[in-house]
Amino acid sequence: MKHTLRQVFHSGKFVAGFCILVALLLLIAIYPLFVKGDPLAIIGQGTFFPPGTYVNTYDSIYAPNTYTLNLKDAAANRIAQRLPEKDREEMKTWLVAYGIPEEQIDVNDIKALLDIWFENYDPNESLGMIYAKQRYYQRLNDSIRNLLSIEGVILAEKNPETGELQEVGIVNQTDYVNINEVANVRVLPLGTDNFGRDVLTELVRATAVSLEIGLVAGVIATLIGLTLGLLAGYIGGWVDDFIMFITNLFTVIPSFVLLILISFSIGQEKRGAVTIAIVIGLTSWVWTTRAVRSQVMSLRNRDHVNLSKLSGHSIFYIITHDIFPYIASYVVMALILQISSAILAEASLSILGLGPRTTDVPTLGLMMNWAMIYQAHIMGRWWAYLPVIIMIALITFSMNLMNTGLDQVFNPTLRE
Amino acid sequence: MKGYRKYFLNKLLWLFITLIFAFVLNFFLPRLMPGDPVAAIVGRLAQGMSDTTGMKAVYERYAELFGVDKPMIQQFFIYVRNVLKGDFGLSFSQFPRPVADILSSSIMWTIGLQFPAIIVGWVIGNVLGAVAAYSRKGWDKVIMPVSIFVSNIPAFGMAVILLAIFAVDLKWFPTSGGYGYDLIPNLSWQFVKSVFVHYQLPFWSIVLVAIGGQAIGMRSMSIYELNADYVKYARFMGIKDRTIIKYVFRNAMLPQITGLALSIGTMVGGALIAEIIFSYPGLGYTLLNGVMGQDYPLISASTLIITIMVLLANFIIEIVYGLIDPRIKAAQAE
Repeated sequence: MKHTLRQVFHSGKFVAGFCILVALLLLIAIYPLFVKGDPLAIIGQGTFFPPGTYVNTYDSIYAPNTYTLNLKDAAANRIAQRLPEKDREEMKTWLVAYGIPEEQIDVNDIKALLDIWFENYDPNESLGMIYAKQRYYQRLNDSIRNLLSIEGVILAEKNPETGELQEVGIVNQTDYVNINEVANVRVLPLGTDNFGRDVLTELVRATAVSLEIGLVAGVIATLIGLTLGLLAGYIGGWVDDFIMFITNLFTVIPSFVLLILISFSIGQEKRGAVTIAIVIGLTSWVWTTRAVRSQVMSLRNRDHVNLSKLSGHSIFYIITHDIFPYIASYVVMALILQISSAILAEASLSILGLGPRTTDVPTLGLMMNWAMIYQAHIMGRWWAYLPVIIMIALITFSMNLMNTGLDQVFNPTLRE
Repeated sequence: MKGYRKYFLNKLLWLFITLIFAFVLNFFLPRLMPGDPVAAIVGRLAQGMSDTTGMKAVYERYAELFGVDKPMIQQFFIYVRNVLKGDFGLSFSQFPRPVADILSSSIMWTIGLQFPAIIVGWVIGNVLGAVAAYSRKGWDKVIMPVSIFVSNIPAFGMAVILLAIFAVDLKWFPTSGGYGYDLIPNLSWQFVKSVFVHYQLPFWSIVLVAIGGQAIGMRSMSIYELNADYVKYARFMGIKDRTIIKYVFRNAMLPQITGLALSIGTMVGGALIAEIIFSYPGLGYTLLNGVMGQDYPLISASTLIITIMVLLANFIIEIVYGLIDPRIKAAQAE
């Protein structure tokens, strides 16, 4: 046993796969210690906030210290953000349509451009443009009105007695706050999803749930497959015929179809994560049965098994002591494959809308399903679906690597 | 040839048994769903109706129309008789459209998309796998890690990534559908072009996933054969490398054909999901609509069609396999 383990951990592929899996498990275990709270809590009002650091505006105004930094490129950055290249081109289009000669307008000279713009722009002039375009120019005009001013913004409060506004402070363009001194800062490394939930927190929880589903389904499938395979292979006769009849039947009927039919018949209300795992386990034992059976058949007539039979050992004893140790490595490999394919099966089912009911836990498949329903892929909200795909690929990749590594250890012909 | 006929009849019998079994499962499983779908339709139709006897009459009328008022066994035999006539009943969600009509408009899309894609992926994958196995050093170092990683991206993931890159970012291809939404299916040049453009992304997403899995299988099969005793013996005999490789790859191909037969069900499942991602008007999308609309006549008919397609594909592959595998021929000759 010890020797086998040492051999297994000498296989580069197995170790690589194992490390990825352990890293994922550590992430699942450690992350919740730092980011507490319900992974399904809706924190964002609105859909698909992009990844980044969110700083509370109110708290930054009332931060204990305000620092003055005279940075050279601050003004340029501000203008570039509030008036990007695209908007300047649009301004030029409007001005040209209005009748200004094209050579007078230089989109790179912002000061000159703004001068011409404020001189000529008239929000009531339609110039034959569609309404949406007109509105766009009106909004643009509003947003750039104070672009070149160097004045600060005055903060005012309502006087509770008179109801009048009173000046309480001023925010200058050179004012900075230290982010560490702002009371409320939230880092959303992967933004929020369509419901306004933190994608990273949700992803970590979903990975945990998906791995659980994979484990439950894999263990069920392997246990059924192992039992049936051992019975069919060792006992033979009509037991073998019967088991093989059922196995062949389920080999050709696509398990995907069975999964759809069974999950549908369970009904939305009763579909929890565990139920789905059990259903997946019950529909994917076929391969293990076939493989275990053929292994057992080749072991059945070995000398040590015959000796054990002659010694009067019971069938149970022979199976557990003389046959199982020889197929154990194979069973472990089958289990690993079952786990990874169960995770995929859950994801496929969820995309079809037949996954676990959506209220209690996230799974990788459900996250994918939500992203698809809310068209994240078409709107370019990559943070809602890409991390999920990468996570699924990492899990299956690590498991397949481990499996290939084990295969090379136990199957010398495949060694490099 | 007598042996082959026996093999053929045996496979045909199996096809028949599995078909019956699949048919029974397809009928009963979706009908076990809790809740009353007829009540849902009647609720939709009888909105604003206050007369309870009227509502009851409407309900009974529809229950009779869908045949849900009879016991399950009786419904089953009526269903069998109707299906043999090509009648799958009426759809719940797209009432009063017949299910057969919905399916006949989607089945060609699925067949036209999936079978070429799976075959092309299988062929390319096998060639790459064989090249990787033979050239161990150079190519193998590139092909293997790439195909292992690619084959681990789930089919829907590949579809979404291709869609995001080529349809949303680069705008080379449309994002969804089987043809332009402003066109009516006909045989004009414009329509054919639109179908072709819409075909590319779903096609390649299925092909890419198939390539990865097949290449890995073919590689290990070829390596196994390359190390076999007969190859060493042939080398000692001084037989040319080229001739040996021909034998080796022919032997490595055979398990790959069985592999195709066994994995075609999984591949079709993955491809159905890819169809959903691209809103391709095939069976996957129909199935999704069925699930959304709690429409079990539609679900059981589409899963039945999918099962039949997979079973037939399986049957054909096994028949071809029996013709080309010398071992099966030898077994038949005894």
